[in-house]
Amino acid sequence: MVEKEDQFSFTSINLKKAKGFMKMYPKGKESGAVMQLLYLVQEQVGWIPELAMRYVADLLNVPHMRVYEVANFYTMYNMNPVGKYLIQVCRTTPCWLCNSEEILDAFKKRLGIDIGETTKDNLFTLTEVECLGTCVNAPVVQINNDFYENLTPEKVEDIITKLSNE
Amino acid sequence: MFRTTLQRTAPSIRLVVTSGQSRPNSNVPPSKLEVFIDDKKVHVDPGTTVLQAAALVGVEIPRFCYHERLAVAGNCRMCLVEVERSPKPVAACAMPVMNGWKIKTNSELTRKAREGVMEFLLMNHPLDCPICDQGGECDLQDQSMAFGSDRSRFVDIDFSGKRAVEDKDIGPLVKTVMTRCIHCTRCIRFASEVAGVDDLGTTGRGSDMQVGTYIEKMFLSELSGNVIDLCPVGALTSKPYSFTARPWETRKTDSVDVLDALGSNIVVSTRAGDVMRILPRLNEDINEEWLSDKSRFSYDGLKRQRLITPLVKDNKGNLVPVEWEDALVTTSRALINANGNIVGVSGGLSDAESMIALKDLLNRLGSEELYTEEPFPISGSGTDLRSSYLLNSSIAGLEQADLVLLIGTNPRYEAPLLNTRIRKAYVHNDLEIALLGSKVDLSYDYEYLGESPATLKDLAEKRHAFFSKLSKAKRPVIILGAQQFERQDGAVLLAQAQQLSQELSKNVDKGWKILNVLQQVAGQVAALDLGYKPNLRLSAPKVLYLLGADNEAILKNKPAGTTVIYQGHHGDAGAAIADIVLPGAAYTEKQATYVNTEGRAQQTLMAVQPPGMARSDWKIIRAISEFVGVKLPYDTLNEVRDRLTDVCPSMTRYGDLEQANFLAQASDLAKDLSFKSVSTPLNVKQIALEDFYMTDSISRSSPTMAKCIQAVRKQKESKYYESRI
Repeated sequence: MVEKEDQFSFTSINLKKAKGFMKMYPKGKESGAVMQLLYLVQEQVGWIPELAMRYVADLLNVPHMRVYEVANFYTMYNMNPVGKYLIQVCRTTPCWLCNSEEILDAFKKRLGIDIGETTKDNLFTLTEVECLGTCVNAPVVQINNDFYENLTPEKVEDIITKLSNE
Repeated sequence: MFRTTLQRTAPSIRLVVTSGQSRPNSNVPPSKLEVFIDDKKVHVDPGTTVLQAAALVGVEIPRFCYHERLAVAGNCRMCLVEVERSPKPVAACAMPVMNGWKIKTNSELTRKAREGVMEFLLMNHPLDCPICDQGGECDLQDQSMAFGSDRSRFVDIDFSGKRAVEDKDIGPLVKTVMTRCIHCTRCIRFASEVAGVDDLGTTGRGSDMQVGTYIEKMFLSELSGNVIDLCPVGALTSKPYSFTARPWETRKTDSVDVLDALGSNIVVSTRAGDVMRILPRLNEDINEEWLSDKSRFSYDGLKRQRLITPLVKDNKGNLVPVEWEDALVTTSRALINANGNIVGVSGGLSDAESMIALKDLLNRLGSEELYTEEPFPISGSGTDLRSSYLLNSSIAGLEQADLVLLIGTNPRYEAPLLNTRIRKAYVHNDLEIALLGSKVDLSYDYEYLGESPATLKDLAEKRHAFFSKLSKAKRPVIILGAQQFERQDGAVLLAQAQQLSQELSKNVDKGWKILNVLQQVAGQVAALDLGYKPNLRLSAPKVLYLLGADNEAILKNKPAGTTVIYQGHHGDAGAAIADIVLPGAAYTEKQATYVNTEGRAQQTLMAVQPPGMARSDWKIIRAISEFVGVKLPYDTLNEVRDRLTDVCPSMTRYGDLEQANFLAQASDLAKDLSFKSVSTPLNVKQIALEDFYMTDSISRSSPTMAKCIQAVRKQKESKYYESRI
């Protein structure tokens, strides 16, 4: 998951996907695919390195700055390397009412890191996010692509232990 | 944010135009809309914004982000006004008016909206006006006085500090204090729309939003100084001017720039006999409101390497300072002894007054040998027909063109503001451009035709594939770079270009002029108008009189046994080989006439006194004439200008464009000549940005220009540098 020193390129599968995304836009307006392409980068390396942004810009034939702007604007693009598991704790009102702060504290205590930090073994990164859309089962945490719902501090312990052993 | 306001601003994204896509005209829109601005009735075209409609009746709505030459952004919210029956105030800059709207620009709601916006802006703005260079000419200052509240509710009880942003390093010309930025995005829009360098943008969101380049890099543009004028606050200020003067201390003199052939209009700000800075002056026909970096920042070259006293070579061969009288005696002795065997050479920065004086003087001494440093073909009609050496389409006229063919020129660096015109037409009018010559980055897309001179021949003889496109154009323009006349086959190129434009003229709009020559220096058109001959052939005259001639390429072959007199303002190549040096005045120090490349006479005004013993150039020559004994019949500037008017009546009609229209005749005269062409490629001298900064004796003496070259070279080594060629 670490950026290679001096170059970035899509894997052949991702490049195919990227071309597919670009085809969804009319000729001359392929730059509309910039968000999908950046997301592909994130799927490939876990975050969006500077080199990759330039790669995407060159692919779409837009100035580099225009891609930097997009990547910086949206919070779901990780602008720094993250651990193997990206823990996103929801803090919006319904989850907060159901004690999301306690959940967050449990993660902090168990992993020994603060919000925005990564554990030394590069396994976990902890972030706080806004509504994940599963308020019915609050409090909610998203770890990579999976949702963990109806959480309690005890369940947090179990999840971390399980993930650490995988 | 991702901005797609103008489709063609981003390079390499070509607009695909399919035929027959014109708008159906079944519904004819109403021709005029009636709106009321503060109860004043005004009729406007559909699509006019509230702000423009208000301007029509003389109501100015405050604004920060709106700028008439840039795309509308609508993000500062300062222009909010009340519209009757609208639930909330509307942004005047972005809202097109509807029929019957009653707009209230001074109502309670409008005032409250402005006060609110002002309060938010000031909350995130440091109140450091006393140490800010924008102080006194700051839109935020002025508008907070006019529209802001009289007291503040911002109380930082925790002393946690205001929002602060790290400064950016974007080069040696523009100083950034990003905490002062109010995010109007004018600089970003200027960079992407006008300059064509998409390096600026916004990063982050909300209160973390920043204007910058994201990765630290220099703003590599020949027009970067204009963002200083555009910035409504003190976030972008001039680095060389920083902390040197306040706007109310300086005296402003309207003048004309001479560092390229366009004659951009400028304002010279001076304080106590010092040029403090140079700003552009609005002239829709030439520079609009922009100015190139060389014209704006090389004024510090006016204080260095100056000739401040007459110098005469002593018997050891050293130039020693002497009094004016001694210098004039020595000069006149040399001129008399030459017995008419004198050659006069005029340089690129010479004004018309001194050139006519020198011509009159040498003519009276029996010499007809007056040359310009810059070459021009003399075969065919030569310089007899003015249309052969002018930019006939005119600078503003280029906006109407539909196809531009550039031959052997890089307008981006030779005449940056001509290039912005071409780019403007490229962005807004779908102008197509083709380039024949060195491959360069013009800041817009073009069709590259290679660099072989044979291509021009093929075009002229209708053999080249591009000819069909050219012949279909209704308003084609051919711009030939004057530097190609240095080639042996310069005459061939001109003749072929004439032939080609003559061919095309059968099919174009009536009165449309096709052929243009882009001159490189400010003095050339006036020199040719006055009858100076191009194509200097240095034989071995007794006396060589250099009027500001600093072209090393010509001067290095100085014949032995010739007495060289150099009159000019900088100790450059010309003064280095001179036996007698007469210190003249630079363009900020004299009232003088210049004719720009399109044939428009303009005058500079005296902003400061010439330094030391330096004098106005025509006065020096007038003084020599008295010593030589052939007194020139003019004592005042007006009398010199009467003489100028006798020789060339258009030269004293300042501001007027004197066009010429003998293209057909010039082409006919060139037809019968037999030429030899050369196959060397059509190279240009200024290929990259670092070639742009130093091109004449003033900019060569400028430390700021030297810093720019250094900074560009350093940026090119960076891994973030993108070459767009």
